[in-house]
Amino acid sequence: MATETPIADGEPIIRFDKVRKCFGDHNVLDQLDLVVTRGEKLAIIGPSGSGKSTILRILMTLEPIDGGVVEIAGEPLWHLRRNGSLVPADEKHLRRMRRHIGMVFQHFNLFPHMTALGNVTAALTHVLKMPKKEAEERGVQLLHRVGLADKLNSRPSQLSGGQQQRVAIARALAMRPSIMMFDEATSALDPELVGEVLNVMRDLAHEHDLTMVIVTHQMGFAGEICDRVSFIDSGRIVEEGPPDRVLKQPREQRTQSFLRAVLDS
Amino acid sequence: MIWDWEYAIDVLPALAEASLVTLAATFWGFFFALIIGLVLALLRRSQIWLIRASTGFFVEFVRSTPLLVQLYLLYFGLPQIGITMTPFTVGVIGLAVHVGAYISEVYRAGLDNVPAGQLEAATALNFDSYRRMMFIILPQAIPPIIPALDNYLVLMFKDTSLLSAIAVVEMLQLAKILGSESFRFLEPMTIVGVFFIVMSLLAASGIRYVEARVGRGST
Repeated sequence: MATETPIADGEPIIRFDKVRKCFGDHNVLDQLDLVVTRGEKLAIIGPSGSGKSTILRILMTLEPIDGGVVEIAGEPLWHLRRNGSLVPADEKHLRRMRRHIGMVFQHFNLFPHMTALGNVTAALTHVLKMPKKEAEERGVQLLHRVGLADKLNSRPSQLSGGQQQRVAIARALAMRPSIMMFDEATSALDPELVGEVLNVMRDLAHEHDLTMVIVTHQMGFAGEICDRVSFIDSGRIVEEGPPDRVLKQPREQRTQSFLRAVLDS
Repeated sequence: MIWDWEYAIDVLPALAEASLVTLAATFWGFFFALIIGLVLALLRRSQIWLIRASTGFFVEFVRSTPLLVQLYLLYFGLPQIGITMTPFTVGVIGLAVHVGAYISEVYRAGLDNVPAGQLEAATALNFDSYRRMMFIILPQAIPPIIPALDNYLVLMFKDTSLLSAIAVVEMLQLAKILGSESFRFLEPMTIVGVFFIVMSLLAASGIRYVEARVGRGST
């Protein structure tokens, strides 16, 4: 494996330590080690089925792990420390840990029975118990930020894919996570709508303290906004480093053939 | 036998009064059936195998035995274990459990139709399981199943006539009593039939109205 020390040598906010995940007999993640430092923008690239989305789903606590330890800000995500040993986490612990993390999905997953503003404020009022007025202020402000100030009362079915994904980004941001994850956020979009979503993500990348983990097939975009690119195949990191190096002068043959295939298409 | 208007008008007030029992049994029966059905549907999705399995067994058991048998069991069985209730209460419980078991399958279909991504998005936003269900899943699961629920309301309404078997004086029971006193069954039975037709039609159009309103709200 060709690996350099992380670019930003700040405190680690995400740490995978020999994480294993299987679906049946298939090892999706195989002894995966990964460290992301606070404020870092990491792109995870790789062929489909390589386990890159699984990394995000594990962090979002949507998929449990089968081995190893995942830490968020030094605290085990899927475990509790009890008498010096690690025991499986309960729902209470998971709910506490989830506060750090937001996620944007490939298929948006907006709530179809709510307006755009309702989508953004739902968790504020129901989960954070924020007063309605305050929640709506924050919601309006965020929808403004993603360029949808005129769509507050539109239903998801009345919005284009790009608009829906921008609402989804605003919805995740509303919870003020310190880690934002994007799971192929533009893969389900018509080509002409990709740009508007990338613009919002680019804007977010300017936030110094926000840690971003992006699973994407947009190599150019990954190279532009990320500090580091990790190429994953068969549940392992094959190669990682600064985007200029990994994307332009990959050392591993597997990375070279993947990039050639992607860039040719 | 010739239709006797005078007798028909004579028995009408009593039958109208008994219709209130029929309506009350339908209302309460369906009200509790909606709740029981939802609870059963949620228990069937429990993460604990034993709860899932025993709920499934209960639903199958209730669905595959006749309502009349269940009513007898409740009516004659409960006093044996020291629980005595009025026939009306027993009847409502019987209807609610029986129809609730059927309705739980309707809810289940509705819940299964909500995409998994909705649950994931709600989890990612840190909803707890109760609020996830209340605010995200059920509001999407229920509107599409309202037409199916409508069918069960009409079915239950007609099934209230079975309560006559456990001495609830609803319309059918009263019609039988009147008939055996006067040896004229045609008039009271016809009135009961007309009442059921009219009420079923009204209920169906009422539900369509609700459906249209709920449908508008969710698109």
